[in-house]
Order: sequence, then structure tokens, then C-alpha cells
Amino acid sequence: MADWEVVIGLEIHAQLATHTKIFSGSATAYGAPPNTQASLVDLAYPGVLPVLNAEAVRMAAKFGLAIGATVATRSIFARKNYFYPDLPKGYQISQYEHPIVSRGTLTVMLEDGVTKTIGVTRAHLEEDAGKSLHEGLAHASGIDLNRAGTPLLEIVSEPDMRSAKEAVAYMKKIHTLVRYLEICDGNMQEGSFRCDANVSVRPRGQETFGTRAEIKNLNSFRFVEKAIHYEVARQIELIESGGKVIQETRLYDSDKDETRPMRSKEEANDYRYFPDPDLLPVEIDETFIAAVRATLPELPDDKAARFVRDLGLSAYDAGVLSASRELGAYFEAVVAALGAAHAKLAANWVMGDLSSALNRDNLEITAARVPPEALSAMLRRIVDATISGKIAKDVFEAMWTEGRSADEIIEAKGLRQITDAGAIDGVIDAVIAANPKQLADYRAGKDKLFGFFVGQVMKATGGKANPAQLNDLLKAKLGASGDAPNA
Amino acid sequence: MLHNLTLGELADRLADGRISSVELTRHFLARIERLNPALNALITLTAETALQSAAAADLRLAAGERAPLLGIPLIHKDIFCTDGIRTSCGSRMLDNFIAPYDATVVARLKSAGAVMLGKANMDEFAMGSSNETSYYGPVKNPWDLKKVPGGSSGGSAAAMAARLAAYTTGTDTGGSIRQPAALTGVTGLKPTYGRVSRYGMIAYASSLDQAGVFARSAADAARVLKVIAGFDPLDSTSVDEPVPDYPALLEGPLTGLRIGILREFFDGLDARNASLIHEALKVYGSLGATTVEVSLPHLPLSVPAYYVVAPAEASSNLSRFDGVRFGYRCADPRDLSDLYERSRGEGFGIEVKRRIMTGTYVLSTGYFDAYYLKAQRVRRLITDDFRAAFEKVDLLIGPTTPTPAFDIGANIEDPVTMYLNDIYTVSANLAGLPGMSLPCGFIEGLPMGLQLLGPHFSEGQLLRAAHQFQTATDWHTHAPRGYE
Repeated sequence: MADWEVVIGLEIHAQLATHTKIFSGSATAYGAPPNTQASLVDLAYPGVLPVLNAEAVRMAAKFGLAIGATVATRSIFARKNYFYPDLPKGYQISQYEHPIVSRGTLTVMLEDGVTKTIGVTRAHLEEDAGKSLHEGLAHASGIDLNRAGTPLLEIVSEPDMRSAKEAVAYMKKIHTLVRYLEICDGNMQEGSFRCDANVSVRPRGQETFGTRAEIKNLNSFRFVEKAIHYEVARQIELIESGGKVIQETRLYDSDKDETRPMRSKEEANDYRYFPDPDLLPVEIDETFIAAVRATLPELPDDKAARFVRDLGLSAYDAGVLSASRELGAYFEAVVAALGAAHAKLAANWVMGDLSSALNRDNLEITAARVPPEALSAMLRRIVDATISGKIAKDVFEAMWTEGRSADEIIEAKGLRQITDAGAIDGVIDAVIAANPKQLADYRAGKDKLFGFFVGQVMKATGGKANPAQLNDLLKAKLGASGDAPNA
Repeated sequence: MLHNLTLGELADRLADGRISSVELTRHFLARIERLNPALNALITLTAETALQSAAAADLRLAAGERAPLLGIPLIHKDIFCTDGIRTSCGSRMLDNFIAPYDATVVARLKSAGAVMLGKANMDEFAMGSSNETSYYGPVKNPWDLKKVPGGSSGGSAAAMAARLAAYTTGTDTGGSIRQPAALTGVTGLKPTYGRVSRYGMIAYASSLDQAGVFARSAADAARVLKVIAGFDPLDSTSVDEPVPDYPALLEGPLTGLRIGILREFFDGLDARNASLIHEALKVYGSLGATTVEVSLPHLPLSVPAYYVVAPAEASSNLSRFDGVRFGYRCADPRDLSDLYERSRGEGFGIEVKRRIMTGTYVLSTGYFDAYYLKAQRVRRLITDDFRAAFEKVDLLIGPTTPTPAFDIGANIEDPVTMYLNDIYTVSANLAGLPGMSLPCGFIEGLPMGLQLLGPHFSEGQLLRAAHQFQTATDWHTHAPRGYE
């Protein structure tokens, strides 16, 4: 059996977050009643003409600068001609030979901590089509043109990815980036961020690419991974059983977890691209590019590097905390209040209990029930030993559900840590007295029983005994395990 | 008679109250009622709204408002969208199409107080040189009802020649204003590409289409151009250049004006046609202009280049007519492809289909480079030829058409002969230049046109040269018999 190498390239469609469409003044808001956001231009009425939305150009340029690409001073819109009811003009306005962005790169971090650089061939501006509606209509299809003319940035990668995991890592990175840049809301359920995957396999060591299949319209990271897995297995099985992969477009069916042919190359449209005579070439100058550059935020890689350098986080933690601008901002707000010395503690809590609570309640970080100031006030109580890390979990839960401050909860529930050695000693004495058998066993060498005594003391103090202190005092009282009884 | 007055004279009479806009409108409506049935120059008559607009114009006049076109009736080519009024583009495809908005040209004239009498017949989707491809039947030439008026703006030209309105609008993609103006003995002006907005003008070939005007004289055309010209934010290809006061530029001697005679336009030219042009050149000589022979070596390639570029763009522009959202839809479509095939098959006429197929072919993989790209290269060469010529001369002169108006039916089965009618006009569209056609005499009783071409945005100079010619001659005042 041959050793197969997988080759993947992605075409990501990111809907640009402009308020109006790319060639008309219609609103782009999602979810409006059908055809209420379709103007005469979107409906392709006779005589209407497209007028380019400058904001879409700015956003595309911003993306280009963020991936170190060439932002073309002259790019050209072309018409891609084909008939479909949701394509009102009978052609899609896109960029073909002269895209606005070309030759960029993106570095992704894989799960094993290895980084890989993926080439971005190009990114071009185009308009989205409308939607066909089939539900609730007998013997007819409906057309909703609200989405027609929504600006898209199509980001085309080089065939640089060698596994489904790499493809997902790349897609996630682009997802992070477009949201950082505030050029796309990244909402995959609403289709604001979706991708087509070009997948092929070849015997390892072979230079030329195998024949690829293009899997269309994948709108979740999980589907991208599963669809690629399925497609790779299908192609390998096909080749190994003597068949040949044909170049075709396939659809991924998430219910059945399989890809199915949509149309083959032979059936593919001849799109008859030609420059759109209704639109002038897009000409932008260095001043424009400099102005766009000035609006670039700190990019995720730079932020992660800063977290490692200035806050001493691990590369992994830094990567997680810089994965979205909002999460990074939350974390930095906590650190700002708590002090950089405790950044690791802050990181653990943001990535741990906070993230779990957000996931559980299906909330965005911006809607966290515990704001960063409140979390840092709570962490301050761990730092000053008012509460233990364990008690802190309960305090956090109470803060999340009750909305009160950490101090209020600590006071109200009497959760303040017991740090009075005398008080802890008293409890230890009582516990030892009540458990003579365990004491004997411990002293006979069953050192695991140390934990039993810790648990008993914690139980008796309601978990409030300072763990470190308890540890020291208990050791002193019990003596080392295996010691001869000295009492 | 009112219908022979210039726009300036009409404006004066409206201003001093000698006539009202309603009277003037009734006068033209009566002429249309009497004369149009034989001509078929109009697809849609809008008498009622015309009288309402006229009454509104009279109120503005009574309130003391004075504007060059206020209260004066016109006819729009049926390619311009008119809010609430059928805009057919000469096609069955849009026979039922009520435009929901005004084209920029229409809107500008409307706010200037112009009174629209109706919509003029035209070749289907502006594809034709004889007005025989219209779904609404051919337009007759008022000079001889057996003859074509030219196309595609044949209805606008015939209506102008028959004095059915004070002026009419048209569009010129390959000669569709200048050629019918020549064949009907009226003044036609095709402005620089981008001078007048294309918004609301149903597209044939977007990179070539330009709106313009038919008038009885260059002076009248100048008045109309001043209103319709100018940047339009709704048309990205309209140019943000100031609009000169064209009527103020008409006077002034032509001393020192350098006129280029295009050698290629005279190769094989009919002797009678050539002699009319040479007579015109003598007039220009007497007005102080000098003449120089110039050559545009790539000019003979303009017709083939045009018939690649224009159909290519048309094939894409006309894709929106799919029976889904507006326009003709076939009865009882079985499925989607049946809907497309029969709606388009039944809705479009033969010349439109021919150009859609030609255009689809030249854009197809494997043919794109050989046809479309090559034609675009030719286009650049022609543009460069003109640029070089305009370094030596101020304007170019030649015939507008090779022959006078031909018989209805004579060329319709022979597209190539028909296309060669555009031989002297298409180059200006390929290069985006402004051009005019002026009446300059007759061959066998049929009017002929003198074509003037100028550099980009030289409309002021073109209009002055045309006006001075019309001051020295009276060809433009001749009316066909029965239409005086």
C-alpha cells in the first residue's frame, strides 16, 4: 500500500462587514424579510449601473496589509457569466485577472506547537448571489435577493496544507484575523464565513499534484475537517482500487458525512470572464494604502508574542488568549488590574473557569457575567491568601450566578480562609483523635492516608483552611509516615 | 409654424406669453396624431402626461421662471427608462415593462421642465442600422416612406425630421445617432463617452453606449446638451468634467481652425457623396478654416473590432432578461431551463439573438484571445491613431454614411452589408470621441450627412464648427415634403 500525501487548498469567502452592499446602497443586515433589502440595482433592473462601495476596497486592502501581501494599486472588476435565478444580472461581478490582494502569507500553529506558513495566492472582491427558497412553496421556487450584492472577500490559499488539521488551523487563523481587522463578523451560521476546499492526494514523494475535487460551501470548522477526511479516504480508496479521481465539484452532506458530486469539469460553466465595462479599474495610491495601514490593530501574532515576552505566558496560552480581539482585551483588562506578575494566574482563570462558564451558557466573552474588573478583584483574594484556589471556584460560580462581588460573597458565605495556626491545630488534633486506626496505618507506612487527613480537616473547616499551612501543620503532627510511634 | 421654430425662439415665445406650453404641446400632439401613423416613429404616446407636464411648465413660466427647455416638448428614445411609463427598448422582451424610475437623462430634462410627448421607436435593444429590427415594426423615413430612417435611433430621427417634437433624444453605440441623423436630414450629436450619464439607459454595449440628441440645428443641440451633460454619481463611467455653457460657445470665427480630411473615409467613396463633402469643405474654407489630409491607418479594422466588442458586452448585458423578475416570460415553463430558453427564445428577435450568440462565442474559452482581446488591441490602436491625428488637427471631417437611405427590406437578410453602414461611425465609439452629423445636401432627393469628429470633450468646438456651417448654409432647414 502506497503512502499517500494529502494536498489541500482553501478558498474562503468572508462577507465584508460594510453597512451597504458592494455596488448598491442597500443595507446588508442579515435576516430581513425576503427582498426587502434589494434595490433596483440588486434586482438588475434594465438600465441600472453598479457603483463601487469604497469601504469594501478599504477592508480588502486592510486584509492584504495584515497578511503582508501586495495590495494592487490597480485592480479590475470582471464579469463572471452564468445563468441562475439567484444571480439577477446573469453575471457576478468579481475580480479575475487583477485581484486587489496577491501573494500574502499566514503562519498557523498546529496542535503539536509546530508552526507552518501557508501562502495566500490572492484575495479578491466580489458580490454574493441571492438565495433560492424551496420551503413552503408548491411547484415553485422563491428567490430572496437580500444577499445579492453583499460584498465578499474571496481568500484563495496556495495548496500548502497537508492534512485536515492544517486546513482547519489555517481557516481558524483567517477567521481570527478577519474579526481582528473588523472586516467580517465571522458568523458561520449566517454564512458570513464559509469555504470551499480543494482536495487531492498523491503518493508521497511525487512532485505533481493529483487530480483535485472541490468541496463547496463548508460552513463550520468541523465540517471542513470531516469533509476533508471523507474526501481523502474516498480518493485513496478509489485510486487503490484501480479508479481515477475526476476533477469535479462536490457537496458535503453533514447528515450522512459524505461528499457527493455536484458537477464535473465537463459540465462546468464557461464563465466567459471579461472586464466589467460599467466599472472603472480600482486605482488606489500610496496615501490610501498608508491611511489603511494606520487603521491596522495589533495583529494576533504580535499580541501573542507580546503575551509571551511581557507576561511570561506559554506560547500555547498566548495563542489561545489572542485568538480573538475581545478575549485578548478581557485578559488584558484582568492583568491590568491584577498586575503583570500574576498574568499566569489570570490566564488560567480566563482559559479555565471563565471559558467553561461562557461555553456552558453559550455566551460571547463580551457578554460574560463576570466582567474583567470583578474577576481580577476575586483573583486578588487568591493572591492575598484570603481564599484558596479551590474556594475561589465556588466564589466564581456564585459571582457568575448572583452577580455580586467576590468580597461580598466571601463575607456573606464566610469563605475567608483560616490562617490562624492555632485554630487549624485544634481541628487537626480533633481529627487525629477521632481516627486512631488511620493514624496507626499512616505511621505504619501507608502514606496515602495523608490525603485522608487533609480531607477530614478541610471538611471540618468547610474547606477554608489555608492549604499550605494545613499541609505543614499536619505533617508536624502526624510525623513522617513509617516513623515509629513516639507517643 | 411652431414646429419650425428653434428652441431659442420657442423659449422666447413661452417667456413672453405669445404661446403656452399646453398650446405648443397640443400642436405637436396633433402633428403626431396626423403624421405618425405613416411613419411608426413612436412606440408609446404619452399625451395625457405630456399635457400635465405642459400645464406644470406653464405654472412655472407664469411664476417668472425662465429656463432654456422649460415647457418645450420632446420625444425620448424608448431605451431611456421613464418612471411609470412603458420602456420597451423596441423588444417584445420589454413590451410589458413599466420602468419604476427615470434615467438620469430623463430626470434632468424633467426637472428642466421639458415635456415628454412619447417614446420613440428603435431597433431592438439598439441593435440595427435601419430600425427594421424593432418588435414594433420598421420606422419609415419621412423623405421617402419606402426607405429606412437608419438606426438604431430611427424613431427619434424620423420624428425629428417630421417635426413631431422640438428635439428628440437618442443613443449612439456604433453610429445610432449620427447615421439616422444623416439619413433623415437632421442634426445629430453623439457626445464624448462619459459626458452624459448612462444610468437608466438600457445597456447594449456599455463601453460604447452614449446618450445624445437629435435637433434641427447645432444651436438647438447645444441647448439640450447643456442640460443632459455632466457627472452622475450613479454612473461610474460618467466623467467629472465641468459642463461648459455650450450655447455661449457657438459664435466666433473659424479662422485658423485646422480640419483633417480622413483619407480612409474617401477610399472607394461614392463620387456624389464625396462631392457633397468637398462642397462642405469649401464652405469651411470660406469661413477661414484650413484643411489637412490625415490618415488613420487602423480605421479599416473598426467595423470588425466593433462587431466583436459590442456583441461581447451585449451578450452579458442582456443576460438579465431571463423571464424571472420582469419582462417577457414564456407560458407554462416546465422547468428552469425551459423558462430561460423559451422566455429568451420568444422574447428576443433575430438580430439580438445573432449578437448574443456572436458575443458569447468571442468570449468563450479558446476564442477569447483571438477575438475579444484582439479587438480590444485594435481599439487601442484606433484610439492612438485618433490621438495622433488630433495633434495635427482640431477636428476631422468625412461622410456620415456611405449611401443615402436604402429601401426597407433591402439589407435585412444580409447582416454584413448592414453592418458596413456603420463604417464611418463606429470608430468614434471605439475611441470614445464626440461626433456630429449635419445635413450637407441630397443624393436623389435623399438627405446626406457631413460627419464631424473631435477630441474628447471638444463638444463646444464641434458645436461651434457645426453652427458656423449652418449659419453659412441652409441644408438643415430643409424639411421633407408634407412635413414642412
